Amino acid sequence: MISPLRRYLFSTDHRVIGIQYLVLALVSVTIGTLLSLLMRIHLVWPDRIVPFHGPILPEDYLALVTIHGTIMLFFVLTTAPQSGFGNLILPAQIGAHRMAFPVANAVSFWLTAAALVILLSSTFVPGGSAISGWMAYPPFSAVASAGPGQGAGMDMWLGSIAVFAIAGTIGAINTLVTIIKLRCEGMTWDRIPLTVWGWFTAALLSIIAFSVLLAALLLLFCDRHAGTSFFIPTGDLVSGVIHAASHPGNGSPLLWLHLFWFFGHPEVYIAILPGLGLTSMLLANFSRRRVFAYRMMIVTTLLIGFLGILLWGHHMFVAGLNPYAASAFAVSTMAIAIPASAKVLSWLVTVWRSRPRYTTAMLFSLGFVSLFITGGLTGPVLAQPILDEYLHNTFFVVAHFHLIMAMAGIFGLFAATYYWFPLMTASSGKSGRMMSERLGRLHFWATIAGAYATFLPMHLTGLMGEPRHYAQLIGVPNAAGHLLAGTLPLNRFITWSAIFLATAQLLFFANLIHSLFRGKPAPPNPWQATTLEWHPALHPNAPAKAAEERIVVYRQPCEYQSTAGEELILPQWSTDAIPNIKPE
Amino acid sequence: MIPFSIQPGTFALSLATWGLPFDASVHGPAVDRHLLLNLWIILGLAALAHLILLVGLIARRRAEATSWRVEYLPLAALALLFAFLTVRAERLWAAARYTGADPAALQVQVVGEQFAWYFRYPGADYTFGITRPQLVDAGAGNPLGIDPADGHGTDDIVTSELVLPADRQVDLRINSLDVIHGFSVPEMRLKQNAVPGMTIHVHFTPKVPGTYAILCTQVCGLGHYRMNANLRVLPPNEFAAWLAAKQKAVQR
Repeated sequence: MISPLRRYLFSTDHRVIGIQYLVLALVSVTIGTLLSLLMRIHLVWPDRIVPFHGPILPEDYLALVTIHGTIMLFFVLTTAPQSGFGNLILPAQIGAHRMAFPVANAVSFWLTAAALVILLSSTFVPGGSAISGWMAYPPFSAVASAGPGQGAGMDMWLGSIAVFAIAGTIGAINTLVTIIKLRCEGMTWDRIPLTVWGWFTAALLSIIAFSVLLAALLLLFCDRHAGTSFFIPTGDLVSGVIHAASHPGNGSPLLWLHLFWFFGHPEVYIAILPGLGLTSMLLANFSRRRVFAYRMMIVTTLLIGFLGILLWGHHMFVAGLNPYAASAFAVSTMAIAIPASAKVLSWLVTVWRSRPRYTTAMLFSLGFVSLFITGGLTGPVLAQPILDEYLHNTFFVVAHFHLIMAMAGIFGLFAATYYWFPLMTASSGKSGRMMSERLGRLHFWATIAGAYATFLPMHLTGLMGEPRHYAQLIGVPNAAGHLLAGTLPLNRFITWSAIFLATAQLLFFANLIHSLFRGKPAPPNPWQATTLEWHPALHPNAPAKAAEERIVVYRQPCEYQSTAGEELILPQWSTDAIPNIKPE
Repeated sequence: MIPFSIQPGTFALSLATWGLPFDASVHGPAVDRHLLLNLWIILGLAALAHLILLVGLIARRRAEATSWRVEYLPLAALALLFAFLTVRAERLWAAARYTGADPAALQVQVVGEQFAWYFRYPGADYTFGITRPQLVDAGAGNPLGIDPADGHGTDDIVTSELVLPADRQVDLRINSLDVIHGFSVPEMRLKQNAVPGMTIHVHFTPKVPGTYAILCTQVCGLGHYRMNANLRVLPPNEFAAWLAAKQKAVQR
């Protein structure tokens, strides 16, 4: 008999670890959302007092921005799709009963949890949390006297992200080895579900990106505490102190930007790639269609990953980069629009005249498509250096990445939750539960309306010139004050929309809690899916002896055949031959 | 109170310009045209894609499409469209950034520090004096650390507002004393980070006299939001008078 502590807390079971990651992400997304609401409220009502805190000071606002960005990017958008659903679903989808390295898997989770604790506790150290944003540009991040939070708070930020990078690398190795070594018989590369291709590509990117990030963090730590000058130039004068004596070398802040964005851009693809794969699979599932151009979708997934490591310079067009280099990065960035467009076209063709089933998971997948289009189209605009010169660091950029990365990413997570809830709640000998579809549909419509109402107007305030990271829009002196004041009416609307969007998520929590205890019992394969996570022997409710069953795959996923009046569903494990009937 | 001469419609949100602020530079209108072209194109594409999605969802079920054309033809069209936009943008970028300023351009140094912008004019000798960080002392009137031992520095003019003549190219050399700042003038469609340890040149020509906002667009500390200054563009004769008065004050 395993003790409950071993079973639920220090478990090496991939399903338990997957749930642990998802709980961690849910806690993180709740905190991150509340922080963003504080920011939105402060921007339009700056004199409001926060209970138990007092007024939000400029350094508080920047700490909110920094922790919001860090927590959402690392602990929600990286953790939940890649590690949460990656653990929960990935092994079964390739016909494996476990991940390749169960102990490393648990170590990776507990390191991630430690990283989160370090990050959150930084708010209690003298000076509070770091205020230099999630990109932490030096010398601002390298010199403790550059601002409150840049002392102990910044050290804790560095420590947190370093631990996270180690955890992410371990997890990525585990994912890659699992996919390469543990595929079941017949699971050839072109039969691997697109979700698994998303996890695979994201894991490849994680290894490349996190190792560079870890090196950069180490260099920055040395600049802060070991007297090196990787990122601090000679004669740098912060708060009246010249850093010549303690930092004799002549470093370059731009070096950090290169290293950071070499990590930072792949990072956003790590966040979205699993969602891209899931969307393809769910649209096909509920449309009862094959994924249009399946092999091309595999190629575009890999191509997005490959191009994703070649375009970090588009974050640096106005940072002091050589203007010729800006042109090169503009071309590589524009190039990624082509595989991304290919994905959208495949989705549009897959659902075209399919009369799909509008389950909540399907609605969120369609929402993903909509957000990916709307948020993605501003990418090529920002990729043009001459336009980025005007738009860089305005709310236009904030709107862009919140739609394409944050909202699309979250919609992918919602789709995954509604779709795989029966598997998440099942255990050996016990079938899982369905989430409430009625609450789910309401949640979808409120969320997509709230998402667009919040982030579409940000394009306009950005075009009006509103910069990011401004703690105040009211009471700013000079002509700038007039420019910022002009954005206030729209900003008030955005704040109300954000409050609505956040409140709408209570529907999700209500659904989660209700369905966990009272949800309808789920049939073995409730969505008539074709992928292996619904295989009777790989299902979490399979008896223990199922672990010895030989799993064999005979076909690509999503082999749905429509004949007149009758639908034929051929799961990947089905041995039936495709009947030779003429399509309708 | 600083007098403003805000252009009509500067901050009004108008549909035709998508809320863009007034454009007061020579190179700006071409940038605006290209930006607006981009915005209308992506608005059209977003509408088209959503329309296809909606029609596809509403229309009666039919056998699935199998022709490769539905994927590759639109993809080829999009690739051509993106290539066209890239080339068009590239020409504007090359014109703005590939070559240095006109040798006759007005020389001004822009220096960012937490949380202020300073502007330095080289004075009658057209040469900037040497600066040393050890000498920086804003309280004593030397915020940039100009070395008094260097004769070129004695006639340098340091201001906290950027004053420029209309219709004359200006060559800005931008740097920072402490951390990275973002030098941004929305109404001039100009933005360039100020990086400590680097001097970065950008050049442009203001066209319409008026008072415009200079912002910091790279988070630099708790005073980031209030790190701004005014750009005052004057008719050439007024600028000459302003500069002469400043020079006289320095030489005194």
